[in-house]
Amino acid sequence: MLEKATIWKVATVLLGIGLISVLMYGCPSQTDMLDTRGAAERVYVAPGDYDEYYAFLSGGYSGQLSVWGLPSARMFRNIPVFSQDPESGYGYSEETKPLLMSSYGFIPWDDSHHPDFSHTDGMPDGRWIFINANNTPRVARIDLTSFETVETLELPNTGGNHASTYVTENTEYIIGATRFSIPYDMDEDVPIDSYKENFDGSLSFIAVDPQSGEMSMDFQILMPPYHYDVGRAGKGASADWAFFTTYNTEQAHTLLEINASEFDKDYVVAVNWKKAREYVREGRAQTVPAKYYHNLKDKNTSIAVSTVHDEVLLLHPNDAPDMIYFLPTPKSPHGVDIDPTGEFIVAGGKLATVIPVHSFSRMLEAIENEAFEEIINGIPVLEYESTIAGEVENPGLGPLHTEFDGDGNAYTSVYISSEIVKWSLETFEVTDRIDSYYSIGHLMITGGDTPNPDRKYMIGLTKTARDRFLPTGPKQLHPAQLYDISGDRMEMLLDFPTIGEPHYAQAIRADIIRDNVKQIYDLDDNHHPHAVKRTRDARVERDGNVVRVYMTNMRSHFTPDNIEGIRVGDEVHFHLTNIEQDWDMVHGFAIKGSQNAEVLIAPGETKTITWHPTRTGIYPFYCTAFCSALHQEMQGYVRVSPADSNVPLTWRTGED
Amino acid sequence: MYRIVFLLLLVFLWTGCGNGDETADPNGAGATDGSADLTDFELEHGIGPVTERLNLGEVDLEKAQRGADFYDSRCASCHRMENRFVGPPLGNATENRSHEFLINFILNPEEMTNRHPVGQALLQDYLTIMPYQNVTKEQAVEIVDFLRYYADTGEDLRN
Repeated sequence: MLEKATIWKVATVLLGIGLISVLMYGCPSQTDMLDTRGAAERVYVAPGDYDEYYAFLSGGYSGQLSVWGLPSARMFRNIPVFSQDPESGYGYSEETKPLLMSSYGFIPWDDSHHPDFSHTDGMPDGRWIFINANNTPRVARIDLTSFETVETLELPNTGGNHASTYVTENTEYIIGATRFSIPYDMDEDVPIDSYKENFDGSLSFIAVDPQSGEMSMDFQILMPPYHYDVGRAGKGASADWAFFTTYNTEQAHTLLEINASEFDKDYVVAVNWKKAREYVREGRAQTVPAKYYHNLKDKNTSIAVSTVHDEVLLLHPNDAPDMIYFLPTPKSPHGVDIDPTGEFIVAGGKLATVIPVHSFSRMLEAIENEAFEEIINGIPVLEYESTIAGEVENPGLGPLHTEFDGDGNAYTSVYISSEIVKWSLETFEVTDRIDSYYSIGHLMITGGDTPNPDRKYMIGLTKTARDRFLPTGPKQLHPAQLYDISGDRMEMLLDFPTIGEPHYAQAIRADIIRDNVKQIYDLDDNHHPHAVKRTRDARVERDGNVVRVYMTNMRSHFTPDNIEGIRVGDEVHFHLTNIEQDWDMVHGFAIKGSQNAEVLIAPGETKTITWHPTRTGIYPFYCTAFCSALHQEMQGYVRVSPADSNVPLTWRTGED
Repeated sequence: MYRIVFLLLLVFLWTGCGNGDETADPNGAGATDGSADLTDFELEHGIGPVTERLNLGEVDLEKAQRGADFYDSRCASCHRMENRFVGPPLGNATENRSHEFLINFILNPEEMTNRHPVGQALLQDYLTIMPYQNVTKEQAVEIVDFLRYYADTGEDLRN
C-alpha cells in the first residue's frame, strides 16, 4: 500500500511533465484538431447567414441541376430540367409537359453535363444558366429569378450533344456538337459499316436573344465523321472563336475503346464563329430538312408552348474559307479550356503523358503563313509545332479539364491518377498536386472559366465515393471535394455527396443573383387562361367529358372543396391558383388514384394537373405542402358517379 | 504541499488548454414576445407601419371601389361580411376597431397575432393566422374605405 503523500508526489510530477510537454509542443489534442478546425471555420456559415457563392452542379443522368452554397456546401434546390419531378410536378403538370417534347415525342429524361451562365463582357451576369441534354440532343435555359426551367430547344441531325452548353463572351451563342457522328441527313437508313461514306459530324450555334433570352438554332457546320467531345468559347483575344476537341478521327464504328485510340493525334477544332455568322448572313449556308422542337414558357400565361421547325441552315467548310481549322493534339483529347486572357488553349489528352498547350496568337500566325499539314473536307490541319506553346510534363495519368485562378496558375483534373495538378502558365511546370476522392472528372474554380477568376474555392467533381461516406449499398452517391486555392498550396476543406452525377459546375457571387430572385408571382401579372384570382370565380365546368375545375388555394382551404357530378371516363383538369401573396407560402394538390404526380403551386401561380377517374366512389384530395396549423384540414372530396349517371354538376365550400 | 502544487498545475493546464475561446450564446438572451411591452398607441391601434392617427376623413367612393376589387382577390377567400368563416366577419369591423388598427393588421398580420392581445384572442377563436397578402399601405387604406362604406350604407361594392 503506497503512502498517500507519495501518490500526490507522483501525480504532481507526472502532471508537471505533462505541463512542460504542453508548453514545449502545444496542447496535443488541439494540435491534431487545428488543421481540421481551420478547414471547418472556412466552410462554416452561421445559422441565418448566407453563403458567398451560388454553385450549380449538373445532375448528369438525373437530368437535373442542383444549387448549392459555397463554402458551406449546403444544397438549396434541385432544379428539374430534362426530367420529371414528382416533388414539384414539373413534367407532370400541363404547363410544364411541353418543355419535355421533342421530335421523338415526350422524352422525360436526359443526361445533363455542362451548365454555363449567360455572359456580359465574358463575366456571368446572373440572368440565366443553360444546360445540355446529351442523349436526345437539347439545350435548356433556366431563369435565375425563379430557378425554373423556362425553355428547351432540340438540336436537329445531331448524335449526343456533349460539347454544350458553352456560351460566348456576350451570350451571342451557345455551342453544341455531335459527339456520336451519325448520318447528317434526317432519318437516314444506312448500314452501320458504311460509316466512312455516310456518317457526319456537325457543330451547332444556338443564338440567344439578348433581351428575352429566347434561344434559336441559328446554323450548323457540317464536319467529318469524328467525335466532337468537349467545347469552349474563346475569350479576350480569342472571343470570336469557339473550340472543340475531337476523338475517333480513326472513324471507327465498333469497339471504339480500341479502334478509336489508334492514332497518335486527334484534333482541337478552332471555329471563327463571327466569320461563320457573316457567311450565313451572306447566304452561303444551305437550307436543309430537319425536324426539331422549340419549347418556351410563355411569360404571360406561364404555360410552355411547343413549336416544331422543319429546316435548318447548314454551312459546308468548303463554302466557307478561313473559318475553321484543325490543331493536331495528342491522344484523344477530352477537355479544351481557354485561359483568362484568351491566349492559351489547354487540351486534356486523356491518354496522353503531357498536357499540350496551344497558343492562340501562334495559331493566327500559322494560319497567316499557311503552315498546313493537309486539308480535310475544306478544313486546313495546322502543323503541331506551329501552334504549340508548351507541354506540361508529368501531369499524372489522364489529364482532363483545366481551370485558372487569374494569377498565372492552371489547375488540371487528372482522372486515372485521381488528383489535381497545379501548374504555371509561364513555365508550364507542375507546382503542386493534391489527391481527389476518387477519379476526378471536371473541376470548377469560382470564376475559373472567366476572364476574371476569384482565386478562392475549387470543387473537384469525382466519380466514385467508395469508402468516403457511410455506406448505402453497392451504389454510393457521386462525391465532390471543396478546396481552398487562395494560398500557395491547394488545401482540401470538405467532401460531400451530390445529386445525380455532376459533370461540370458553375459558381457565381451570390449578390449577383440574390436580390433579383422573385419571392412571389404577382397575382395581377398572372394571365393564365384558367386562373381564378377571386374565390367567387371558383367553379366547375363541363364540356362533353372534359371537366375543368377552377380552384383557389388559400391557408387552409380549397374553393371549391366538395364537387359532385364527375363521371367515370371524364378527363378532369384541376386548374389550381394559389392566391397567397406571401413568400414561400406554397400549396400542393393530390387526389386519390391519380395517375399523375402531385403538383406544387407557388404563391400567385396557376398549375394544372389532369386526372382520369376510372372507378366510382368518393375521392379525397388534399394539400400536400404543409401550409399552416390547419394544414391537415386543407382537403376536399370529389364524388365520382357511373358514366351514365344523372348526378348534376355541383360544387361548394363551407356555407356557399 | 504537493496537493497545492498539484491543484495549481491542474488549474494552469485547464485554463491553458481548456476554455480559451468560449463564444457568446448565439441565440442571444432576453427575447420575449409578450404584449406587456406594447405602447398605449399599439394597444389601441395595432403594431405595424402605422404609428400615428391617420384621420382618413370622409369615405372616398372611388377608393372604396378599388378597395372592393382588391378585397375580392386578397381577402374574400376567408372573410364574409356578416358571418363567421375562416376569419371573423368584417361588416362592422370599422365600428369595432380603429382604422389604424385594421391597416396594421392587414400589413403586419403575423406580429399582430403573436404579440397583440386582440390578435392573440382572435387566434384562440379562429385557430388560423391571417396571411400577409403583399398589400401596400395605400391598398390597405382602400380596403378600409370599402369596409367603411359597407358599414355606413350596408351596400357591398363588390356586387
